[in-house]
Amino acid sequence: MGMTITEKIIAAHSNLKEVHPGQFVYANVDICLGNDITAPIAIEEFEKTGIKKVFDPEKIVLVPDHFTPNKDIKSAQQSKSLREFSVEHNLKHYFEIGRMGIEHALLPEKGIVAPGDLVIGADSHTCTYGALGAFSTGVGSTDLAACFATGKVWLKVPESIKFVFHGQTKSWTSGKDLILYTIGKIGVDGALYKAMEFTGSAITQLSMDDRFSICNMAIEAGAKSGIISPDKNTEDYIKGRVGKKYTIYQSDPDCGYTKTYEFDANDISPQIALPSLPENTKPVEDVSGIKIDQVVIGSCTNGRISDLRIAAQILKGKKIHPSIRLIIIPATQEIYRQALKESLIEIFIEAEAVVSTPTCGPCLGGHMGILAEGERALSTTNRNFVGRMGHPKSEIYLCSPAVAAASAITGVITPPNEVVKK
Amino acid sequence: MKGTCWKFGDNINTDEIIPARYLNTTNTKELASHCMEDIDPNFIKKAKGGDVIVAGDNFGCGSSREHAPIAIKAAGISCVIAKSFARIFFRNAINIGLPIFECPEAVGQIQEGDEIEIDLATAEILNHTSKKKFKFEPFPREMQEIIQAGGLMNFVKKNIAHSKNEL
Repeated sequence: MGMTITEKIIAAHSNLKEVHPGQFVYANVDICLGNDITAPIAIEEFEKTGIKKVFDPEKIVLVPDHFTPNKDIKSAQQSKSLREFSVEHNLKHYFEIGRMGIEHALLPEKGIVAPGDLVIGADSHTCTYGALGAFSTGVGSTDLAACFATGKVWLKVPESIKFVFHGQTKSWTSGKDLILYTIGKIGVDGALYKAMEFTGSAITQLSMDDRFSICNMAIEAGAKSGIISPDKNTEDYIKGRVGKKYTIYQSDPDCGYTKTYEFDANDISPQIALPSLPENTKPVEDVSGIKIDQVVIGSCTNGRISDLRIAAQILKGKKIHPSIRLIIIPATQEIYRQALKESLIEIFIEAEAVVSTPTCGPCLGGHMGILAEGERALSTTNRNFVGRMGHPKSEIYLCSPAVAAASAITGVITPPNEVVKK
Repeated sequence: MKGTCWKFGDNINTDEIIPARYLNTTNTKELASHCMEDIDPNFIKKAKGGDVIVAGDNFGCGSSREHAPIAIKAAGISCVIAKSFARIFFRNAINIGLPIFECPEAVGQIQEGDEIEIDLATAEILNHTSKKKFKFEPFPREMQEIIQAGGLMNFVKKNIAHSKNEL
């Protein structure tokens, strides 16, 4: 039997000709990643071992993005520990504020991750890079510390589930809507421990930004990874970014999937995930009219340039509803600059939105837009758990940038086609 | 391991186990003081050393934050029994040495307040309150090696001492 793309990448990084699901391997890691919340523990654990040198200063990436620009003294201490560790070990990829971005938008943008790579990150949304045809998975701080020392990670080879999206996405339906729809169908543990492989004509037509959104939320279905086979879109994206040699893997025609789901993209409307799990999805038409207090457009899921373009297209020449607070966060400095060049930032400010420097901030209830008791947010982020963005009695509805922008104008959850014709 | 059970439902996520607003520290005692706060603000006052968390499916879903199993361990909880665990929580627990057991049958038949005991030698959960016994599947050999070393960093140290090339 042939192998899936995921099995091929893991085999190649474990010096094995083939691997099968359930097999336990110690895999060589191309890139390992930590942030200002997870890396401090990894640094402490690494230093406790007494090992003096990291395995490879070019393969460790540290991005202080969660509580930065530092929100308080304790957060500043945590960022400082990353900075000092980076200097001490001469790390090539440490990104200070002003040069950084939200990690999962930043690494692909800088060409740090390439197709065929094996990547681990002490952040659950590390699965994002599967959009480049890499095997990429979230781990904990101790895994990261062990990788600092050895360059390896222990893995159980996951089973793969195939998701085929036939047809073509409708106007205003984005990659975010496809993944919310999928999570709604299979549940928050529907792909537990498994690799989600996305394919089909609707995926082929999607931009890389949309593909990043899809793979980003594989974790919200419990998956170990999400992956999309590289194609021309992928090669166009990495051209001029990735400087190292890379390998493109594809699943064999006779590889084994534990399950295959087939969806027709033509049937999928923009989706909303209701509180308090990402699986509580409904088409936006079914929940329109729900009053909201705050709208957030940003995050590692939806803070990329095409997300901002869609939001600007809807907000152009309009003001947001008087009762709404709209927070827009370009995911990286580069995206911010591009948005400035295209006058998107001006459209946002004219619409009376707040535009923030890159940060994970509000998505995890860190800073830059915490919710009070009883408040309701509509957000392009990835989790709507109880208390995720602030008070335990606040609520989060998840959606795409188009729905977020349209709803910011009306003050209630609104399908984009009710606000603007595409 | 022996203790009183505290029951939780399905999909208990890491934001409930330790809210992100407390992640600006790595101090284990401080993290423990907020353990399960957003799901039960009194949990940390009620739970005593050795107690057991018993939960449904997908325990620990969400973030990769190791602060979640650290908070539980530092709160004195002896182990977590669940129908299933989210994968990053699962590996974090193994890596830091928080004992976890997957046993859907036991979860269905344990009530809050039951006194239970884990027998590692026989791979059994004994419910002293209901006098029932449940078998659990031991972890694969490779994970047992990490657990027996006392967590991943001890395992790494031991193996680096053996050989520079092998993990």
